[in-house]
Amino acid sequence: MLSSQLPALQVVIPLVAAPICVFFRNPRIAWLIALIASSLTFMVSIGLFLQVQQLGVISYEMGNWSPPWGIEYRVDNVNAYILLIVSSIGALVTAYAYPSLKREIDTNRHYLFWTSYLLCLTGLLGVTITGDAFNIFVFLEISSLSTYVLIALGKSRLALYAAFRYLILGTIGATFIVIGIGLLYLMTGTLNLYDLASRLGDMDLAQPQLAALAFLTVGISLKLALFPLHLWLPNAYAFAPSVATSFLAATATKVAVYLLLRFAYDVFGKSQIFSELPLGEVLLVLSIVAMFVASTVAIYQDDVKRMFAYSSVAQIGYITLGASFASQTALTASIVHLFNHAITKGAIFLLLGIVAFQIGQPTFTKIKGLGKKMPWTSFGMVLCGLSLIGVPGTAGFISKWYLILAVLERGWWWLAAMILASSLLAILYIWRFVETAYFVTDAEDNTIELGSKIPFSMATVTVLFVLACLFFGFHTEFSVDSASEAARVLLEYTRQ
Amino acid sequence: MRDYDRLLRVVSKAMIPFIVVFALYVQFHGDFGPGGGFQAGVILAAGLIFYSLIYGLENTKKLIPPRVVEVLTATGVSLYIFVGMIGIYRGSDFLDYSVLAQDAVHGQHYGIFLIELGVGITVFAVMVIIFYMFVGRRRES
Repeated sequence: MLSSQLPALQVVIPLVAAPICVFFRNPRIAWLIALIASSLTFMVSIGLFLQVQQLGVISYEMGNWSPPWGIEYRVDNVNAYILLIVSSIGALVTAYAYPSLKREIDTNRHYLFWTSYLLCLTGLLGVTITGDAFNIFVFLEISSLSTYVLIALGKSRLALYAAFRYLILGTIGATFIVIGIGLLYLMTGTLNLYDLASRLGDMDLAQPQLAALAFLTVGISLKLALFPLHLWLPNAYAFAPSVATSFLAATATKVAVYLLLRFAYDVFGKSQIFSELPLGEVLLVLSIVAMFVASTVAIYQDDVKRMFAYSSVAQIGYITLGASFASQTALTASIVHLFNHAITKGAIFLLLGIVAFQIGQPTFTKIKGLGKKMPWTSFGMVLCGLSLIGVPGTAGFISKWYLILAVLERGWWWLAAMILASSLLAILYIWRFVETAYFVTDAEDNTIELGSKIPFSMATVTVLFVLACLFFGFHTEFSVDSASEAARVLLEYTRQ
Repeated sequence: MRDYDRLLRVVSKAMIPFIVVFALYVQFHGDFGPGGGFQAGVILAAGLIFYSLIYGLENTKKLIPPRVVEVLTATGVSLYIFVGMIGIYRGSDFLDYSVLAQDAVHGQHYGIFLIELGVGITVFAVMVIIFYMFVGRRRES
């Protein structure tokens, strides 16, 4: 039965498609292959999501070797949700991509872009779906290596520098993760996450386990760009091709957050690390600093893409803030913000892709008077900006609402005030965009020359994303309910 | 070529066949003893790089054009995935070798043989492509 093979197909479909792009070399065919593969992957993830809703946890034995000896793919409410986020964005961004890529990358390199893109998708989905600690490392490397290529394909020479910097930091992160996994293997003799959790629960947290936790936390934090380990992110997002930025901003850091949740709540869940160790406090402080510092730095950027990259660092702060105290509402807020931020930032970078399509790398000097020249695109930016701030009626509001509820449950009024204060900073940097686009009338030389019409595929996908930002601000049945179910599953161990 | 190159050419001509045979040995004996596709690919690539150091890049590119090497990188991976997919096709799980032949023992044997071949091809091709790129870069400037 094909339906029992869905966990393998989730990863295998983009993996099959990646080398096929190399065989054909033709830019159009490579794009078509990527489109078909990413759409199929999206369908598979919908299938898996529905299966998990009906039947509960799915376990798949790779190569028919039974766990914990063989590699197990394990899908529960948590990763089914993340798989859906990653694969849906993967498919939609592919549908958007062709004209934008044509403008930004030499056509004879397109097939390399698509091969890397599909491998990156494979890696991200693999990290999410696998139930084997070493497999996580392998897929993480697949996704990271292909990400470096995606970034380096950017038009500007600075893209190479950004990719190299990310390569160095990413490799350090991956090394930390593999050291952590190695230590865990040494102490427990198993690599299966489920098995690891039950074995770690039976033993005390001695030095090696603590070291493993420390290595894993720092390594994963590097990957998810938690302040102050975020330095690779702004340039990488700013100089990568628009398509790659949209895809990576919406998925890569989200998968890293998932890993953090998986290790902190599942693998170390029975060890009660949140009540015994200061992990929660450390995450809390770093998240608050990220919210304020990154938002403040964002205000002073000259490059619009770079500004929103810093905003991503700040938004990741909200996500890790929710993950830092082990409560149902806070985790729900964290997971729902994974989703809401993915669509909001995805939409923003897709819109910036359209701006880049018309005028090249968007800087604040170039976008003067954008509101008149590209009214729809600018209006979309404003709507997404409102979602970033967290104005009611947008997706961003929902996550902030739950976050504040969670904070108030603890009676931490000061923290609620800080969350609101950091949103004010978001208003400042969004306002800077609005002011430049609408209110600066540069009569002497209005530099914007519109090249051509916005291609249909780019416009459609972008409108879809912007509408999703509004839709999920009103209809929270899917996003919040799945997130709260995921939070419940994650908290099972911690509650005991 | 000047006369003192002769020694290098004679020695390399004698050695390269052995390097290739050793690579094939490591490749195909890998499922019984130490070795496997990764090591074999590297050894084979080392043989080719040796050839190119003595006889020049142009001759090597005539022997194996860069375009072919690029296709080979994808071929190895595709072979690997294809073998994995047979498992699904035959009604078992991805990468289950046991269903590849009439009985599980033969199946496991074929499976690891083909998978290692895929790994060998890709590793060889990637090593060569990296070499071509580095060498080609210097010639441009």
